[in-house]
Amino acid sequence: MTSRYEVVIGLEVHVQLTTQTKIFCNCSTAFGKQPNSQTCPVCLGLPGALPVLNRKVAEYAIKTGLATNCSIAPRSIFARKNYFYPDLPKGYQISQFELPICEHGRLDIEVEGQPKSIGITRIHMEEDAGKLLHDSGDTSRVDLNRACTPLLEIVSEPDMRSSDEAIAYLKKLHQIVVYLGVCDGNLEEGSFRCDANVSIRPWGQKEFGTRAELKNINSFRFIKQAIDYEIERQTDILDDGGRVIQETRLFDTDSGTTRSMRGKEEAHDYRYFPDPDLVPLIVSDAWVEQMRRELPELPEAKISRFVGELGLPAYDAEVLAADRLMAEYYDSLVALNGNAKLCANWVMGELQRALNDSGTSIADCPVTPQLLAGILKRIDDNTISNKIAKTVFDAMWQSGKDADTIIEEQGLKQVTDTGAIEAIVDEVMAANPGQVEEYRGGKEKLMGFFVGQVMRATKGKANPAAVNEMLKKKLSG
Amino acid sequence: MALTDLTVHELQALLRTREISSRELTLAFLKRIADTDKHIGAFITTCEKTALENADRADARLSAGNAAPLTGIPLALKDIFITEDIRTTCASQILDNFIPPYNGTAVRKLMEQEAVLLGKLNMDEFAMGSSNENSAFGTVKNPWNRECVPGGSSGGSAAAVAARQAGATLGTDTGGSIRQPASHCGVVGLKPTYGRVSRYGVVAYASSLDQVGPVARDVEDCAIMLGAVAGYDPADSTSINLPVPDYQAALKQGVKGLKIGLPKEYFIEGLDADIQQTIDKAINTLRELGAETVEVSLPHTEYAVACYYLIATAEASSNLARYDGVRYGKRMDDGRGLIDMYMKSRAAGFGPEVKRRIMLGTYALSSGYYDAYYLKAQKVRTLIRQDFLDAFNHVDVILTPVAPTPAFRIGEKTADPLQMYLSDIFTIPVNLAGTCGLSVPCGFSRDGLPIGMQLIGRPFGEETILQSAYAYEQATEWHRHSAPL
Repeated sequence: MTSRYEVVIGLEVHVQLTTQTKIFCNCSTAFGKQPNSQTCPVCLGLPGALPVLNRKVAEYAIKTGLATNCSIAPRSIFARKNYFYPDLPKGYQISQFELPICEHGRLDIEVEGQPKSIGITRIHMEEDAGKLLHDSGDTSRVDLNRACTPLLEIVSEPDMRSSDEAIAYLKKLHQIVVYLGVCDGNLEEGSFRCDANVSIRPWGQKEFGTRAELKNINSFRFIKQAIDYEIERQTDILDDGGRVIQETRLFDTDSGTTRSMRGKEEAHDYRYFPDPDLVPLIVSDAWVEQMRRELPELPEAKISRFVGELGLPAYDAEVLAADRLMAEYYDSLVALNGNAKLCANWVMGELQRALNDSGTSIADCPVTPQLLAGILKRIDDNTISNKIAKTVFDAMWQSGKDADTIIEEQGLKQVTDTGAIEAIVDEVMAANPGQVEEYRGGKEKLMGFFVGQVMRATKGKANPAAVNEMLKKKLSG
Repeated sequence: MALTDLTVHELQALLRTREISSRELTLAFLKRIADTDKHIGAFITTCEKTALENADRADARLSAGNAAPLTGIPLALKDIFITEDIRTTCASQILDNFIPPYNGTAVRKLMEQEAVLLGKLNMDEFAMGSSNENSAFGTVKNPWNRECVPGGSSGGSAAAVAARQAGATLGTDTGGSIRQPASHCGVVGLKPTYGRVSRYGVVAYASSLDQVGPVARDVEDCAIMLGAVAGYDPADSTSINLPVPDYQAALKQGVKGLKIGLPKEYFIEGLDADIQQTIDKAINTLRELGAETVEVSLPHTEYAVACYYLIATAEASSNLARYDGVRYGKRMDDGRGLIDMYMKSRAAGFGPEVKRRIMLGTYALSSGYYDAYYLKAQKVRTLIRQDFLDAFNHVDVILTPVAPTPAFRIGEKTADPLQMYLSDIFTIPVNLAGTCGLSVPCGFSRDGLPIGMQLIGRPFGEETILQSAYAYEQATEWHRHSAPL
């Protein structure tokens, strides 16, 4: 469906960082603890307490900036964002305003084969607020465990033109922060939160339309739904000759619609000013370079290496590179067994299936690359067939024993001895004279039947190639 | 002479030789407080029980022979210092029930020396004021004349020392809040360089200006107190990592050859005649001691008060947002919702001057006004700081009056906030410049009220101003006068 309007989307993403301690104090950031058990005078906002920056947060911000092609500010400033709310113990949030730590970045995405570059306006560091726990009555309680946990706010340019582009950008960004290890990427727990600014304008118009800000939507699916609903809503308004008003809207997951939360006239004047309790953060070139050296190989680079150096199909490369640990597993495996395609098939096939079936993460995988390489080695030297290899793999997953031990214990060694195979082929042909007749009469489909019979007789251990060859020779008789 | 009349360095000697015990000394001060404070009102809270426990621990340490400079010395703190398990009110209704769960850094350092904490001292609410009349716990009286103010905001800190209710005290100085009351009460008060003493555990008024400092009977006591609390603190990002000199050891270097600058903008027509005369005499004394005096210029002085009242109130409007009735302090809640609770709690909890400054600061930071007020004030502040740095290219110390008049009468200026703000006209620029200054007694007005002179030093030049003040003090008798109480 072609629309009369062009869609304009900008995204603000809040990434909760995985530092052990909070951004301005030494309290733990662990999730799900007894309310207010992880607090101190600083994150409680007690009189007299002062913030001290956790350097790790700046390191994570620099790494994220480098991975998204940002320039890193040699000097950045923390600012106070002033507003009253019970989950905000100081009456202000420490954030960055005029001089954020990263600016002018970009992410390259691809939608339906079309590459596109999305600008990143800025990345800044800030503290999270606490949580309100609403009781059944009309009272609420405040849990400040989350207060002062570190966040990065990543603000894009209004460069996206469809919900698909927005989702592609978000997934790419999500992949990067998880790859970097700066975020656990858990959308449901709120580790990766997105606000979307959505507006539409008639094609060809230079000025942006009036935007609505969609708040805190916690899954990629809902973000797409919310944006699509919002585009429809705004289109209807303009088609009816109305005007979109600038406001903040909340997405309702039950109805799949958005509703107004507050209008522009109710918008806060946050009275930003530099926080006098914190000194400017000075980032030296040496520090940036050190962070650059510590960057892992990022997905894009991995994909092009998998394709260019290892000769994998693009599809395999993308699947393998999607998850950093999976990619590292694959790299370890290829280092042990040079057959890149065979390795890819196994990681994407048997390994992925076993992980999925058992709900195991790759980090806890009982079959190490070393163990799996042991299986591949026995495939390569014809000790076992691909089919038997799967049996070995399942046994390995259960027992943790190495391939050779399993092959030995279960007698799975492949029969390649042509004499032995010939004897079995003879037996099978003798036992099925009718089928031999039919085959010779031109029903070559029966080859599968004969192979199956031979394999059954050898409990799958016969070398399939040798069996095929022998059968052909004998049957053509 | 009573024990309570002695200086800290005199008491140190008596404690170390075990001629007196800290318990005996503490009891003497507690009795002095009980006898005199009904006339002065310097204390908001006294800590008899914990003070005696402190004293007993101090005595054990003194007997063991490993005393620190302040071991066993009875001290008192402005009620802006966060003290674990001891009520900390900031002289505000909004914190009148607040008992903190932690000690600030300066307090911890004093406790580590086994100093004795006698109690918490009265002040202007949230350190906003120049007369101590803005306290929710009553106005402090000047021990020299109880119809006069002691100055502010550390009025209790200065009055308690002048009334011999504590060996020495700590105050805070954001625009003159140590030096002005020290001058009005005839004692020595020092505002260190910004970053010299940790602000961790000091209730914030204006974070970029607040600084902790001592009020004491004489210059040597001041040096001892500063040495005890100064130094880098990883818990305060704005504290500076420079070694702490031995301030006491540096005292006796004299002023011979020292260049003292007299800023022409501070010696203007209309300065109170008594102030002018006493300062002129003090300048002469310093010349006789071998100092050289030259005129200097601090050209942006006239903008300092306006600049201060934008920056300080802007920071205060944000710093005081945490007093919202949610987690601690006063809560007024009659079930009409969150906004209503905020408004009622803050309306009931804050006094009029605090409200005035929150409103001023909120305005200065508002969208559309920020550039014209807050940002402009920051630029002026840079110029004022540069004035001082330029002057210190030519001189070692700058000498000025502390206040334009001696202590004024209670109630005299309460109706006119602008007149009150001008009380700090000579002290505010030092805070804006972030450097150090002290007030040392240099005479009396015709009405018998003390007058102090201000010695301003380079950033981290506390040794130089202490050494100058010490030389002056040794050559004069002003510090030997005691308030008639």
